[in-house]
Amino acid sequence: MKILKRYFDRMRPYFEEGGRLHSFRSVYDGFDTFLFTPTATSQNGTHIHDAMDSKRLMIIVVIALLPCLVFGMYNTGYQHWLASGEEVGPFRTLLLYGFLAVLPKLLVSYAVGLGIEFAVAQWRGEEIQEGFLVTGILIPLICPIETPLWMIAVATAFSVIFVKEVFGGTGYNIFNVALVTRAFLFFAYPASMSGDKPFIAHDQILGVGTPLPDTFTGATPLGQVATMSGDSAIHMVGVNGAELSTWDLFIGLIPGSFGETSTLCILIGAAILLFTGIASWRIVLSVFAGGAVMSWIAHMTATPAYPVSMLSVGDQLCLGGFAFAAVFMATDPVTAARTDTGKYIYGFLVGVIAIIIRTYNNGYPEGAMLAVLLMNALAPLIDYCVVQCNINRRARRTRPNS
Amino acid sequence: MAEKNSNRKIFFNPLSKDNPVIVQILGICSALAVTAKLEPAIVMGLSVIAVLAFSNVIISLIRNTIPTNIRIIVQLVVVAGLVVIVNQLLLAYAYDVSKQLSVFIGLIITNCILMGRLEAFAMSNRPWPSFLDGVGNGLGYTVILVIVAFFRELLGSGTLFGYQIVPDWMYEHGYENNGLMILPPMALIVVACIIWIQRSYNKDLQDK
Repeated sequence: MKILKRYFDRMRPYFEEGGRLHSFRSVYDGFDTFLFTPTATSQNGTHIHDAMDSKRLMIIVVIALLPCLVFGMYNTGYQHWLASGEEVGPFRTLLLYGFLAVLPKLLVSYAVGLGIEFAVAQWRGEEIQEGFLVTGILIPLICPIETPLWMIAVATAFSVIFVKEVFGGTGYNIFNVALVTRAFLFFAYPASMSGDKPFIAHDQILGVGTPLPDTFTGATPLGQVATMSGDSAIHMVGVNGAELSTWDLFIGLIPGSFGETSTLCILIGAAILLFTGIASWRIVLSVFAGGAVMSWIAHMTATPAYPVSMLSVGDQLCLGGFAFAAVFMATDPVTAARTDTGKYIYGFLVGVIAIIIRTYNNGYPEGAMLAVLLMNALAPLIDYCVVQCNINRRARRTRPNS
Repeated sequence: MAEKNSNRKIFFNPLSKDNPVIVQILGICSALAVTAKLEPAIVMGLSVIAVLAFSNVIISLIRNTIPTNIRIIVQLVVVAGLVVIVNQLLLAYAYDVSKQLSVFIGLIITNCILMGRLEAFAMSNRPWPSFLDGVGNGLGYTVILVIVAFFRELLGSGTLFGYQIVPDWMYEHGYENNGLMILPPMALIVVACIIWIQRSYNKDLQDK
């Protein structure tokens, strides 16, 4: 580390004003502050000092995502072996398979997103903003494992440019960048992104695994329920045909988008985020509350016309991307509501709308993504109303006769 | 000379610097609705050119006899008459496209570009400049429609004018048409990109 630091310090003059590589200043700064502490010191006036700059904040979110990432790798391998019908291999083989399956997606998402960020920072002569650190890892986590790489590249480029950069970069985006990537994929390439094919890895990778026939399908439990018809009893099965219990859904050894299946790992990530105070507990709590209330209402008024409504509250909260959206998407501090009261309203509505879309629109098997995006758009309005209410309340207090 | 110069301006300004769609942001609804394919977009553009040019001329001819307080009604009657004629012509000679455009030909009546040009230009100018203004604005509208439709059809359906452009080997290697391009939101984003590019070239259009 010391050698690296010395190297960076020696390189510094080249990037200073007048140096040969001055035009790459932002790239240098980006790496320097990423690896070490920023050298900038305050020159005048009073400043609040905190070791928690946004790079540290982002890294903690990435750490909180690691359980989901590792579990996703294991689950990818596990589902693949289950689907191939062979005896499930040892733990490290499964993990290796999942690692090899997800690595290209991580690389593509980071390469495209960071490439655009670096280019824009360079072009505008600004510092590199670190917002993509988290987005880059979120994108592979919320996509099906069989998403083609070029689609991830196109979708990432689209959302980084049109959702983030045109609005002014990190911290100014009105929608969650990772979710817009997912939404873009969902609406642009529905055939490759939904249905029962893309959730199981089909290929043999570097000699690991067994190639599955192209026709092999393994629907997600939520997909199975959504396409059920006329049956009064719901049953979800794994890829090998075994019945799935709520416990299986909670642990997450089920087909689904790469990192979203395990509610357990998401809760570990939630604990990290809540303990460090990065995610707002108000939002997480109220999303789950909203989801639970709406699932309960749906369950009370269940009809076979909307098979998802027959799921129990626990199943609803464990299935699909709901928990992941509640912990990692709705809590994005940039796009969520800012006021404390606003956070309760925002979170509650995210939960309610996610379950409404999932249950009563058979066309969209998962509603969490659309619910969070919709509430992203409404968050400023919620904040405005909360602030105005507060102003009115205080104004009334000053009036003597009321 | 001055007359000729200003005529040229009347004709060419709406194509870029004073474009009805990307500068005045008028007629966006139909730009979203008919641009999923090139062919209907062009037919729509031609229809708007025709209606706009002739309604401009007619209103300009009778501009001094229209009582001010009912001028909107008179303008609407003229436009509606022309739209009905265009619609009948399309039904007679281009039935398929007319079916695709369905209600949007009829909705030319409510196109803001028309009312805007009639009010702002034809009511206070002579017939010939009004005609040029109508054709110019219609062309400005059509150009944007065609650009948007080009990208939407190429990326959304892999075709242009219905002929396949994206080669088969690309589909065999996993390429897929972008379904989002067919949906209206993408038309807005393409229009936004055109505005972005145009403003970055025309500094005087940029907001302070």
